[in-house]
Amino acid sequence: MEIPVLENLEVVYKKPETLTDTPFHYCPGCGHGVAHRVLMEVIDELGIQEETIGVAPVGCSVFAYHYMNIDMQQAAHGRASAAATGIKRVLPEKYVFSYQGDGDLAAIGTAETIHTVNRGENILMVFINNAIYGMTGGQMAPTSLCGQVTSTTPYGRDPAKIGFPLKITELIAQLPGAYFVARHAVHTPNAVRKLKKALRSAFEYQKLNKGTCFIEIVSNCPSGWKLSPLESQKWIEENMFPMYPLGDIKVPGKNITAPSTENN
Amino acid sequence: MIRGTVFIASDICKGCELCIAACPQHSLSLSRQINPKGYKYAELINDECTGCINCALVCPDAAITVYRQAKVKKAV
Repeated sequence: MEIPVLENLEVVYKKPETLTDTPFHYCPGCGHGVAHRVLMEVIDELGIQEETIGVAPVGCSVFAYHYMNIDMQQAAHGRASAAATGIKRVLPEKYVFSYQGDGDLAAIGTAETIHTVNRGENILMVFINNAIYGMTGGQMAPTSLCGQVTSTTPYGRDPAKIGFPLKITELIAQLPGAYFVARHAVHTPNAVRKLKKALRSAFEYQKLNKGTCFIEIVSNCPSGWKLSPLESQKWIEENMFPMYPLGDIKVPGKNITAPSTENN
Repeated sequence: MIRGTVFIASDICKGCELCIAACPQHSLSLSRQINPKGYKYAELINDECTGCINCALVCPDAAITVYRQAKVKKAV
């Protein structure tokens, strides 16, 4: 994409070069676009475009390899972390990340996720949590909130019948293989700045061979939630954050602490 | 005051209005026209922009490029 050159003005922010020119197919306002862009910005800034291998999931972000101009592999549903394990073991000098949604990582891929972290595989796992199955038409995900109306829970999620929302990020933070676990969001400019910082440190930790880095991104799904993009941002703050508070959950050199809610 | 401006790629903007809400200067608004995809797109409506990049940070389609006045080095 050509960006105009303006006299007396310098470019302070532009689309990262590691993103291809293909326009995103995501719905208007979807957090996937921001997550893709921030991830690629970090790769751009670290200058590791040629040394990074990503693993795309099944879900809305299945076409991540159309947008990320790095080596990509698309994995079977839920198995992105297992595929990333294989890639990292064969090519240990490369930076490997998996990019998965909540239906992929926390439902069908729970076993792979937990065991990848438990083995302490030296990869970065990016987990997009939007509390719904976006691609297939807004069905209930394991991370859907209590009382949340989805197309498979039209009267709201009833924990007595279907169980409680799965806080998989807290779950895997308990495992000794996890090195850096954090939860971030993409709903405000400040949240995006914090996310970028966390992703950057996760890639830097990967060089140290210490264990799995896991970053959950609380995102939105305007189409699945049947809200406008702006309403969905408010919905995140009002409903998602009480259940999924932002902040670092496991930081290198510190004991496991409960995430603070101050950063919201 | 630092002056800035934005360039919004109107053909890939999907009119989600997140940048409009994120702009502290209220410098962005939806257009009257629609783009080839059929969306109204965001556009700059005044010259209050300071180049704070808030709009670009929340843009899900990476459609925004931000410019800022170059810092003038003071002569010693």
